[in-house]
Amino acid sequence: MSPSTEHGRPEPEPTTLAPNRDGRPVSDRGDTVCVIGAGASGLTAVKNLTEHGFGVDCYERETGVGGGWNWRHDRSPVYASTHLISSRPFTQFPDFPMPDSWPDYPHHSQLLSYFERYADHFDLRRHIWFGTEVVRVEPVDGHRWDVTTRSTGGYGPERTSRYAAVLVANGHNWSPKLPRYEGLEEFRGEVMHASSYKDPAQLRGKRVLVVGAGNTGCDLAVEAAQQASRCWHSTRRGYWYAPKYVLGRPADQVNDALLALRVPLRLRQWLYHWTLRLTVGDLTRFGLPKPDHRVYETHPIANSQLVYYVGHGEITPVPELARFHFGGVTLTDGRDIDPELVVFATGYLPRFEFLDPGVLGDADGSGRPRLWLHAFPPGHPTLAVAGLLQPDSGLFTLAHWQTVLFARSLRLRREQPQRAAAFASRAAAGAGERYAGKVKDSSRHWFEVGHVDYLRAVQRALDELEGK
Amino acid sequence: MTGTTDQRVRIMRGREWAHPVRPARREVLGVDPELDEGRPPLLFVPGFGHGAWAFAEHWLEHAASRGFPAYAMSLRGHGGSEPAPGATLRAYTHDVVQVAAGLPRQAVLVGHGAGALVVSHALARYPARAAVLVAPVLGGAATAGAALRANPLGTLPALFGGGLRLHRRQLFSRELPEADARRHLARLGRAGRRAQWQLLAGRAAEPAVGRPPVLVLGSPDDRVVPPAALTRAARRYGAAPLLFPGMGHDLMLDTRWQEPLDALLDWLVKEPAKS
Repeated sequence: MSPSTEHGRPEPEPTTLAPNRDGRPVSDRGDTVCVIGAGASGLTAVKNLTEHGFGVDCYERETGVGGGWNWRHDRSPVYASTHLISSRPFTQFPDFPMPDSWPDYPHHSQLLSYFERYADHFDLRRHIWFGTEVVRVEPVDGHRWDVTTRSTGGYGPERTSRYAAVLVANGHNWSPKLPRYEGLEEFRGEVMHASSYKDPAQLRGKRVLVVGAGNTGCDLAVEAAQQASRCWHSTRRGYWYAPKYVLGRPADQVNDALLALRVPLRLRQWLYHWTLRLTVGDLTRFGLPKPDHRVYETHPIANSQLVYYVGHGEITPVPELARFHFGGVTLTDGRDIDPELVVFATGYLPRFEFLDPGVLGDADGSGRPRLWLHAFPPGHPTLAVAGLLQPDSGLFTLAHWQTVLFARSLRLRREQPQRAAAFASRAAAGAGERYAGKVKDSSRHWFEVGHVDYLRAVQRALDELEGK
Repeated sequence: MTGTTDQRVRIMRGREWAHPVRPARREVLGVDPELDEGRPPLLFVPGFGHGAWAFAEHWLEHAASRGFPAYAMSLRGHGGSEPAPGATLRAYTHDVVQVAAGLPRQAVLVGHGAGALVVSHALARYPARAAVLVAPVLGGAATAGAALRANPLGTLPALFGGGLRLHRRQLFSRELPEADARRHLARLGRAGRRAQWQLLAGRAAEPAVGRPPVLVLGSPDDRVVPPAALTRAARRYGAAPLLFPGMGHDLMLDTRWQEPLDALLDWLVKEPAKS
């Protein structure tokens, strides 16, 4: 294994060597916890576990921190103009604020510098093995785990270490989900997934069709409106497009002011519709389909510019695609359009190829884990997943508290095993709970959580754990 | 005031999310050691009325000479920071956490006077390496009572929203030359009115995150913080205060400024255990 950091992290000293099932040696790492991934969730896991007194080995397949937010990484989905969707107070780690001189919605390069500073500030890099990917994670007796790693790209020998616990933070926005369409192979234009979109130059002067109305799809449609010669935006249904500012404040802060007052959903929906009426009004007048759901029932889309460009004729909203053919695309309403470039902003699916799906409660192989708090698998008290969430707000605060809860539950296993057992049975009982209001059922919304509902649930779990 | 260890961790921060503190320009002075020995940076937080200048006088240089990167800040409305007459304790806490998180490494927070109260609040929002409370004014009725007894005329207006006037004898020992004392007194400003009230009737600090070790030090002859208050503050963090007899409230400006600072640095060098 290659030395991993510029600080020259020392090779771990194996305390005992015992062959595993395959007869290969396993180095026993004692009470050390393994963290998989050094993106936002992995970093906060390393910080919180070390803060709670644990030794940590973190494996990162890339050569830097930041995961998906590091544009140098080949799995990074960010493009040149990526900005935050949620404003600063919701996005930062709760105990390490972003500089208050930054804008309300920082750019992705600022995010990366934030994670790098976080790693340096808390001296996290000395725990991270860069350029090392995890091949297998297998449970062994006594709720311990055998983690097999090798150099990224498959070079060099594999190596297995035994850990007291494992925290999975491998991200869920890197394995593209591509819909299947009839005739796609005949289509002579260019087709790409949004994950490979990096730079507006890729759109310049082209006739572009953007598929998907997630935040990325809408951002790309706006970029295409500015760069491409023509832009169609295909959405499955009508959506509510939330402006990034209302009443002179970032919109999510206004929404949270209402949430803090526990204003009921119906009233918030009514207020939302009313504010929207004051600005853009009826979306169907722009040719956008009428939303088939009430506001707050799908993942929120924060985009002030989409409706603006539709209103300026730079974006043509179109319905779903029916099939591709040699020269273009036929839409479900029978119309034919002739894009040169089709960008699928159709999202991502989570992947845990190093882990038996059954461990995460995915018995039927659908790819959907069944966890408590979207983090704790039933029956495995020393395993957790961090950051597997689609919050209506920033993710990092939520990942921070997930890892704090995990660290405290591990500490309790040592200090008060009985109470830790109660926590474990709580995890088994609560697997699959939802923390969002009524949302559309699709893989898009598997991990959808309302940040306030979710954090209140974490707060309850933490209070129960500590007996307060 | 209740102990800090028996309170629960607070996750929900609706107010912070919905109404973040408005940013204000901050003065931060810093002295780097000649050789970086990997020591944690120190962030000195002055009390009400004082600015970063109070630490720039002696402490910054000396701490740096002992290998610690040393920084001092002025809370908003103080020293060279942006004027902020309506500042609250929450805004001061925000300022401290912002500066601490902006330092290259995990910092040790050192709060003096009411700055110690601000630090104790900041500890709930930032996992400091360690914390030192120097002659801490942690607020409450006892603080008001002690100040009234020591200097009734200077304190009374503050209870009604006026400025707090501190007497020379409250801040410095008799050993400090008259000219120096005058110079320092002339630089004193005042804290925001709301922050002053919150000092007297505010909530106790939430538990510190990351269980930092905490040291309390002060002088038994301090005429702002009585010895009983020092003991009480130290007990909250499970230790006894370090005492430096014969010094005034402003230990960092008094003639024997080096003794408490050396004690503080020695404590840090010994790598104190988590609280």
